[in-house]
Amino acid sequence: MYEIVKKKELAPDVKLFEVSAPLVAKKAEPGQFVILRPDEKGERIPLTIADFNRERGTITIIFQEVGKTTKKLGYMEKGNKILNFVGPLGCPSEIKDYGTVVCIGGGIGVAPLYPIAMALKKADNKVISIIGARNKNLLILEKEMQEISDELYITTDDGSMGHHGFVSDILKKLIDEGRKIDRVFAIGPVIMMKVISDITRGHGLKTIVSLNPIMVDGTGMCGGCRVSVGNEIKFACVDGPEFDAHLVDFDSLMRRNKRFLKEEKIAMNE
Amino acid sequence: MPVKKEKQPMREQDPKERIKNFREVPLGYTKEQAVEEAKRCLQCKDAPCMQGCPVGIEIPAFIESIKEGRFEDAINEIREKNSLPSVTGRVCPYEVQCEGVCTLGKIGEPVAIGRLERFVADLERKKGIRAPKKAKPTGKKVAVVGSGPAGLTCASDLAKKGHEIVVFEALHEPGGVLLYGIPEFRLPKKILHNEIDHIKQLDVQIREDIVIGKTLTVTDLLEKFDAIFIGTGAGLPMWMGIPGENLNGVYSANEFLTRVNLMKAYKFPEYGTPIEIGDRVATIGAGNVAMDCARTALRLGAKKSYIIYRRSREEAPARAEEIEHAEQEGVIFRFLTLPTKYTGDDQGHVRRMECLKMELGEPDESGRRRPIAIEGSEFTLDIDTVIVAIGQRPNPLIPQTTRDLEITKWGTIKTDESGRTSMKGVFAGGDIATGAATVILAMGAGKRAAESIDEYLRKNVT
Ligand SMILES: Cc1cc2nc3c(=O)[nH]c(=O)nc-3n(C[C@H](O)[C@H](O)[C@H](O)COP(=O)(O)OP(=O)(O)OC[C@H]3O[C@@H](n4cnc5c(N)ncnc54)[C@H](O)[C@@H]3O)c2cc1C
Ligand SMILES: Cc1cc2nc3c(=O)[nH]c(=O)nc-3n(C[C@H](O)[C@H](O)[C@H](O)COP(=O)(O)OP(=O)(O)OC[C@H]3O[C@@H](n4cnc5c(N)ncnc54)[C@H](O)[C@@H]3O)c2cc1C
Ligand code: SF4
Ligand code: SF4
Ligand code: FES
Repeated sequence: MYEIVKKKELAPDVKLFEVSAPLVAKKAEPGQFVILRPDEKGERIPLTIADFNRERGTITIIFQEVGKTTKKLGYMEKGNKILNFVGPLGCPSEIKDYGTVVCIGGGIGVAPLYPIAMALKKADNKVISIIGARNKNLLILEKEMQEISDELYITTDDGSMGHHGFVSDILKKLIDEGRKIDRVFAIGPVIMMKVISDITRGHGLKTIVSLNPIMVDGTGMCGGCRVSVGNEIKFACVDGPEFDAHLVDFDSLMRRNKRFLKEEKIAMNE
Repeated sequence: MPVKKEKQPMREQDPKERIKNFREVPLGYTKEQAVEEAKRCLQCKDAPCMQGCPVGIEIPAFIESIKEGRFEDAINEIREKNSLPSVTGRVCPYEVQCEGVCTLGKIGEPVAIGRLERFVADLERKKGIRAPKKAKPTGKKVAVVGSGPAGLTCASDLAKKGHEIVVFEALHEPGGVLLYGIPEFRLPKKILHNEIDHIKQLDVQIREDIVIGKTLTVTDLLEKFDAIFIGTGAGLPMWMGIPGENLNGVYSANEFLTRVNLMKAYKFPEYGTPIEIGDRVATIGAGNVAMDCARTALRLGAKKSYIIYRRSREEAPARAEEIEHAEQEGVIFRFLTLPTKYTGDDQGHVRRMECLKMELGEPDESGRRRPIAIEGSEFTLDIDTVIVAIGQRPNPLIPQTTRDLEITKWGTIKTDESGRTSMKGVFAGGDIATGAATVILAMGAGKRAAESIDEYLRKNVT
C-alpha cells in the first residue's frame, strides 16, 4: 500500500498527489511513469512521474479527472492508501546539453513536461517553454515552469491569459523569427503533438513527444500500448513513452485511444 | 478380472450451460471413481510413467494409496515433489507426459494420472492444507524473480531446505500465466490462491509491484541476496506483421486474457477494466492459448468464435482435451487458413479479414509439414474482433538491463542443465530459458535450479 502524503488541487479536476513509494523514488528519472491501481476492483492506469524526492521517498503525480478511475483517485485524501503503485516504468528522457530547447506542454501535459524541462535546464540548456490550456483556470505549474525556464510563454484557447490561441502559434513565431532551436520536446493532447510535429518536420527540427496510449501491465507483456513508429510496432511502455515525433503515426494513436469509448461511458454512469 | 480399457469418464458442465458462465468445466472424480480408476494401474516395476513426469512424482505409489483409500498419503507423496498439484492436475499436458508413456496406453487408454492427481489435491483443499515441513534456517537468502510456476516451485523447494526466500513479482498478484493467462473455467483462481497460500506458509515472502530491471536491478539484488533465480517467463506477444494489426478490435492473446483474467473484465463494470467484444471473433493460432481465447470469447457473448490455423488439426499444438472442449462449445475451426490482411471501417475498427487457403507440403525443421498457400484461393471473412495467439517470446526486461547475462539469439537466458547462467550466483529456468513451453516443464526447471542453488549456497558457506 502506498500512502498519499500530500494532496493539492491545481485546477478544477486537476489534482496533485505526493505518494510514499521509496523504491520507485530511488530509481525515478524524468520521462518515466508509474502504473497504479486505486483499489481491488480498479483499473491499472499510467501516470507520469511529475517529480520525485529520493530523501523523502516520494513520487509526485498530477492527474486530470477524465473518467472513472481518475475520478475515484480524485476522491482519495491525504493519508489514504493506493493499493498498487509500480514503477518507474518506461525509458528516461535523453537529457543532454543540446543548446537551446523548446519545451511545449498542453493541458495536463505540462505535468510530465516539468521534470524534463528542469533536467534540461540542469544540463545547461537554454530552456524556452510554451505552456497552454483551454482557459486560465486550467493552466497548471505556471510558477514552477517560470522558475526553470529562461523564457516562458503562456497561451489559452479563450485568451483569458497570455496569448489568445494555441501553443503551436508561439512555436511558429519563434521559428519565423529565426530563433536558434536545437531540439523540441512536446507533451500534451495527441492532436497538439501532431500539429507541433507537422510544423517542425518542415524545418528539420528534431522533436520528441511522449505518447499516452491505453496501457494495462506496463511491462511489455500485453501489447495494448503498441504504437506505430517508423512503420514498426513499438510498445510505448517499454520502448517509450518518448519517441521521435516525425516517425509517429498520430492518427492511429488517436484512433486507438478511443478503443473503449463506449465502455468508458458505461463505467462513468455506474 | 481384466483391466478396463477406458478411463473413468470425467463429469463435466453441459456445453450449452457452460458457455454462459466462467465456472470450471470438468467437475472432478468422485471417491468411487478415483478408486476404480486407481485399480487400473498395473504397478509396473520400472514405472515408465515416472520418466514422463518432469518433477518425478512417485506415480505408482500415490495411485496405490488411492486404491487403498489412503487419500492423505497419496497427496503427501505428490507434494514431496510437486508444490502445485491442483494446478498440474488440471493443466498438465499429461497425454504427452506421464500418461503418454503409461504401459496401459499400449492396450487402451492410459491410467488417468492427471485426474487422480487433481482428485486428491481437491480433497486435501476441502479439508484444509496443513503447513508443510521446513528445515532449520540456513541463514542464506535467495531472491526469486517472477511468480509463475517456475518461480513458485523454486521458492517452495528452497524454503523447505531452510533458506530465506523473497519472490519479486511485477504484477499486483502472484501466479504468472496461471493467473493472468489461463482462464477461470480451466483453473479457478481460488484454487491457485490456495496453492500460493500453501507456499506462503513456508515463510516465503512475495513482493508484488516490483519490476526487476526497473524498480530494482539484478545487481541490486546481488547485494542483498546470496543467490538469484530468474523465472520471468515468455510474456512478449508476437505479431504476424500483416496490414491492419493495429486496428481497434485486434488484441494480442495476452492483452485479451489479461483484461479478462487478471483484471476481471468479465465482471465489468463492477470491475473497472473494460473489454470490447464483437459478434464474430477470430482467434489466430491453435495452441492452448488460442483455445483459451476462443472459448473466453464465447463466454463474453460472441455469437461466432473461429479458430484460424494455417496447418491442419494434427499439427495443432493445444492439448487434445482443449480442442475437444472448444469443439463441444461450438468454436468453429478453420484449419489450413492463413490471414493475410485485416481491414476496418471508417472508425478504424476491424471488420473483415482476408485469408488464403493452405495445403501441407514437405516437413520443415520442426518436423511438421510446411503449409503452402494455394494460388487463387483468397477469400474474406466478416469479423469484428481478432485475437492474435501465435506465440510469445521471452520477456526482454531483465536481459536488456543486465549486461553480464548471456542471452541466446532467441532472446532466452542461456543456462546449463541445472539452471546456472553466465553470472555467478544467478540461475534461471522456465519459459525465460526455454522459450514458451508448459507449466510442468517450468516447474521441473524451477526444481532443478533449486537443487543447484542449494548446492551452491552450501559450498559457499564460510
Ligand atoms: C505513459 C502515460 C503517462 C500518462 N501521464 C498522465 C499524467 O501525468 N496525468 C494525467 O492526467 N494523465 C496521464 N495519462 C493518461 C491517463 O493514464 C488517463 O487519463 C487515465 O488512464 C484515464 O482513466 P479513467 O478511468 O479516469 O478514464 P476513462 O474514462 O477510462 O478514459 C478516458 C481516456 O483516457 C485514456 N485511457 C483510458 N484508460 C487508459 C489506460 N489504462 N491507460 C492509458 N490511457 C487510458 C483513453 O484515451 C480514454 O479515452 C498518461 C498516460 C500514459 C500512457
Ligand atoms: C493462455 C495460456 C494457456 C496456457 N495453457 C497451458 C496449459 O494448459 N498447460 C500447460 O502446461 N501450459 C500452458 N501454458 C504455458 C504455461 O503457462 C507456461 O509455459 C508457464 O506458465 C511458464 O512458467 P514460468 O514460471 O516460466 O513463467 P510465467 O508463468 O510466464 O511467469 C512469469 C512471471 O514473472 C513475472 N515477471 C516478468 N518479468 C518480470 C520482471 N522483470 N520483474 C518481476 N517479475 C517479472 C511475470 O509477471 C509473471 O508473473 C499456457 C500459457 C498461456 C499464456
Ligand atoms: S505433474 Fe503432470 S506429468 Fe507429473 S504426474 Fe502430474 S500430471 Fe503427470
Ligand atoms: S505406467 Fe501406467 S500402469 Fe504402469 S505404474 Fe505407471 S500409471 Fe500404473
Ligand atoms: S502496457 Fe502492456 S505491453 Fe505496454
